[in-house]
Amino acid sequence: MEPLTPEDVEYIAQLAYIKLSDDESEKMRVQLTNILGHFASLSTVETEGVEPTGHTTDSNTVMRKDEPQPPLDREQVLRNAPDRDGEFVRVRPVLE
Amino acid sequence: MTTQSASSDLYFSTARQLRSKFDAREISSVEATRLTLERISTLEPYLNSFITVTPERAIADAEIADQRLRGAGQEPTSLTGVPVLVKDNFSTKDVETTAASKILKGYVPPYDGTVVRNLKDAGAVILGKGNLDEFAMGSSNESSAFGPVHNPWDTERVPGGSSGGAAAAVAAGECFIGFGSDTGGSIRQPASLCGVVGMKPTYGLVSRFGLLAFGSSLDQIGPITRTVADCADALNVISSLDHRDSTSVAAPFADFGQDIDSGIAGMSIGVPKEYLVGGMEPGVRSAFEASLKVLEDLGANISEVSLPLTDHALAVYYIIAPSEASANLSRYDGVKYGLGSLEESTSAQATEAVRGEGFGDEVKRRIFLGTYALSAGYYDAYYKKAQQVRTLIRREFTDAFLKYDALVTPTSPSVAFKIGDKTEDPFQMYMNDVCTIPVNIAGLPAISVPGGMSEGLPVGLQFIGPQFGDTTVIRAAAAFEHTTGWHNNHPLI
Repeated sequence: MEPLTPEDVEYIAQLAYIKLSDDESEKMRVQLTNILGHFASLSTVETEGVEPTGHTTDSNTVMRKDEPQPPLDREQVLRNAPDRDGEFVRVRPVLE
Repeated sequence: MTTQSASSDLYFSTARQLRSKFDAREISSVEATRLTLERISTLEPYLNSFITVTPERAIADAEIADQRLRGAGQEPTSLTGVPVLVKDNFSTKDVETTAASKILKGYVPPYDGTVVRNLKDAGAVILGKGNLDEFAMGSSNESSAFGPVHNPWDTERVPGGSSGGAAAAVAAGECFIGFGSDTGGSIRQPASLCGVVGMKPTYGLVSRFGLLAFGSSLDQIGPITRTVADCADALNVISSLDHRDSTSVAAPFADFGQDIDSGIAGMSIGVPKEYLVGGMEPGVRSAFEASLKVLEDLGANISEVSLPLTDHALAVYYIIAPSEASANLSRYDGVKYGLGSLEESTSAQATEAVRGEGFGDEVKRRIFLGTYALSAGYYDAYYKKAQQVRTLIRREFTDAFLKYDALVTPTSPSVAFKIGDKTEDPFQMYMNDVCTIPVNIAGLPAISVPGGMSEGLPVGLQFIGPQFGDTTVIRAAAAFEHTTGWHNNHPLI
């Protein structure tokens, strides 16, 4: 396969919401290209008309009874937030 | 350090032996728990098996267990009063849960996962949280943000991974059972490298609710123990049908150990030739060949079988697992728990900064790999293709199990390697899982048992069964263990 370009890595970083340093980006480019190269052999397997497997238990949409359950303790949940204001979790501005 | 003494008799007891000692009033759970906590304090500077130890909780749980063992309250179970470890990717109410990642530092879950709940209901004494590769991504425990775990057989070597803390702790006598998770070999490979028993049951038999998700279609919780009998007992406790996990299924048998004493005379066992890969160490290969001879002497019919798609299993796994991981790990956004960023001017920048800072190299690599495989233009070539080959690999196993009761392979192509030896080349590290990965792809049960020594280090033997053939692999492993006695070897630590 063609080696990944720095632009490819930057695009994936955007999709994944992960900031990399310049050194990390270049290392990632080289390593991903190498790993993806090992996957090329998959294209030699004939899969015409083969159904994909998502998981192995052969169950589809599983429903449970719609019964009220006790919720998690609000204080215990909120205590984990890096930034909170009373009963709210604070986030940075969503719009610039 | 002690090698042969009354206390080392205790540390290296099986869970069953310990339970008998409770019943015979030779020792109480509180005494056993205190001695085990002392052992942990002594060994942790050398091993680093635990991320968190919870002595006060353990003693309190042991006191309650002792009352239960003396007849108060519920009937005791096989694990009542037995000190155990759970991997630090199990959600534990009121006890920090990190998945060995900086991004979760300080996270205290408000709930127990189902397996933790089942262990508490059974009266097991939880000593603390086991070290692991960050988010269970690794084969050596070197990607932990809390430092590597050291193999008790040689502390310059890795214990395997990702459940390396659990395996090292069981091997060294820091706990009686360790509970881990296995996405591509993360229970069986460290069990192999540390000379203990490890089993991944059939996908769906153990609830994943409260297991910090990595590859949801592959992840399965299981035990690491000193004997196959303890493994069956532990699975009986943790396996349950759980409506909180939509892939949970009820076991079609009542007892994982129901056939444990049946022997293997007449059992048909296949040896998949593709598993004996070129890179396999000579010592591992010769131990494997000696093990096949043992199985034949026990009356099993051994013959070679070909599973040609095995050669593609690694590629299938390293597309599917990172793809699922990239979706599962999108929840770590620095808003609700763990590491946060108050400096950035927008929410998106804060998320990017937190994830860049909080995730280690291997986790980032897998998120990038998965994000790429799922992205527009590459989805069909990578993710869909891998899922189609997954179907073919399952069919290949299904066909093999028309002829064989079980398959047998080495668990790992090598014994424990030196810390730092494989960290430079990620793909070389991925090759450690070549014998264990196909099992997760197909959702099958498999167990690793001690199967000999090479250069003074343990070698593991893996039995693979058909879907829901858990009792069969336990039966085969027990017969092998009973004859060879490899499980009686302990590290001199």
